[in-house]
Amino acid sequence: MNATSLITLDKVSMIFGPQRVLSAIDLAIPKGQTLAVVGESGCGKTVMLKLMIGLLRPTTGRVVFDGKVLVDLRDQELTKQRLRFGFLFQGAALFDSLTVFDNVAFGLREQKRLSEAELAERVRHRLSEVGLPPGQELKKPAELSGGMKKRVGLARALALDPEVMLYDEPTTGLDPIMSDVINELILQTRQSHPVTSVVVTHDLNTVRRVADRVVMLYPLARLKPEEPQVIFDGTLAEMDAAADPRVREFVRGESRERLREMHQKQL
Amino acid sequence: MATAGPVRMGPIDSLGAFAVRGFTLLGDFSVFSLQTFGWMLRRRPAPKTLLPSLYLVGVRSVPVVCVTGMFIGMVMAVQMFSQFNKMGLGTRLGSMINITIVRELGPVLAATMLAGRVGCAMAAELATMRVSEQVDALSCLGAHPLHYLVVPRLLACTLLIPLLTIMADFMGIMGGALICTQIYGIESHFYWVNSEGFVNMWDVSMGLIKAVFFGIAIGLISCHRGLNSQPGAEGVGRASTEAFVTSFIAILVLDFFLAMLLINLYDFWIGSASRMF
Repeated sequence: MNATSLITLDKVSMIFGPQRVLSAIDLAIPKGQTLAVVGESGCGKTVMLKLMIGLLRPTTGRVVFDGKVLVDLRDQELTKQRLRFGFLFQGAALFDSLTVFDNVAFGLREQKRLSEAELAERVRHRLSEVGLPPGQELKKPAELSGGMKKRVGLARALALDPEVMLYDEPTTGLDPIMSDVINELILQTRQSHPVTSVVVTHDLNTVRRVADRVVMLYPLARLKPEEPQVIFDGTLAEMDAAADPRVREFVRGESRERLREMHQKQL
Repeated sequence: MATAGPVRMGPIDSLGAFAVRGFTLLGDFSVFSLQTFGWMLRRRPAPKTLLPSLYLVGVRSVPVVCVTGMFIGMVMAVQMFSQFNKMGLGTRLGSMINITIVRELGPVLAATMLAGRVGCAMAAELATMRVSEQVDALSCLGAHPLHYLVVPRLLACTLLIPLLTIMADFMGIMGGALICTQIYGIESHFYWVNSEGFVNMWDVSMGLIKAVFFGIAIGLISCHRGLNSQPGAEGVGRASTEAFVTSFIAILVLDFFLAMLLINLYDFWIGSASRMF
């Protein structure tokens, strides 16, 4: 384990029923770094993110956050550690039954004893930080566009001043302009708050805009048993110059290998 | 490439896999129930989570429980009248209808309506929250899903099902009386006098005690199925169906064992009391 790392995954494997999703992942994320985790759909990126915050327990191996092994923590202590994280979910995961205001205020109401005036002030500040137009606070999530939902989700995740931000596919399903807005918000968050960030994405624009370091996962079903699942770990420049054809294909968005496999199966 | 095809299982393997799945589910449900009771004792639910559940379970269920209760009483009167009348026991019909409704049909009917109307809705709502990651979001914001989602729903089911049972009992008794006295012309004085002696407080209490257990079962099963839903629309639909089917089976099984237990308890107490004097 790296002594300076904030989050460490130590030989982490995850199996759901008959399906192995992650296998012996070793990863150390230093404080203040923005790490992008890339890879094809279904390679276990989101599972890895949920393991980092203790929403899932690894089948084998351990996840260490700030020196504490998450599986060893009691419920109360795990909740305390989780509050040091902010999580922007892929579909924003806003509470359907609550308004935009109540969604952003949820964590503050649960964790801090604030007067309604203080609460309203904090919520409005967070919503203006993510650029939500005024007059949206009383709307329900179903009345918002995809981009607005993501922004409210980001405001909610930031409401408790987290030390670590986890982003799950922050730009998936958004138009290029809204994707750029979200990328800019990720950058702004890093500049205005001293956070460590993990961004799970398959959008290379996002990777190029926000990442200090890139890790690429590969689906286990396409690997030989002895091959490591992390097929790339380095900077953006190193990723662009990578010799591994699997990394090159991903970076260039080429599907030659996959198409060849499909044709072979058809034959 | 590690691409193994699906393994074909023989009958013994399938039976073993079925048994393992069954025991795993039972174990998981037991842990879930114990943890929920633990949360219930550890921290009271906030009024903002409890009140909507009380409204959904209680107020919104009243019309359906009243209508079904009334028609069951009416149907019983229609079915039993000719048999009783042939034996010259028409005026005794009320006692039979009322005891059946108060002891058995009222609680079972209220519970079945609750399982169908509220249990399915709760399972579908929690399943949707599960698949859209709202349950994970709750955990990330420091709220425990069992405390925030399950405890209020379980309390609402447990506290309000006795009241719904009383409604079903009342409407069933009135429905039976209406048909007997107004359609079949049984003298209402004799109908009520004969009914009175047959139903005592123990009969009513027996129905209400059973109802409380039914409420606990419906609340726990529906929430468990919802929170363990498989992904996608199919998963949500299946969770909702499983919640109703499992709750319904649980109601009938509990009804049998509780009826045995409560009748034996009654015999034991009354027997002991009569032996003493």
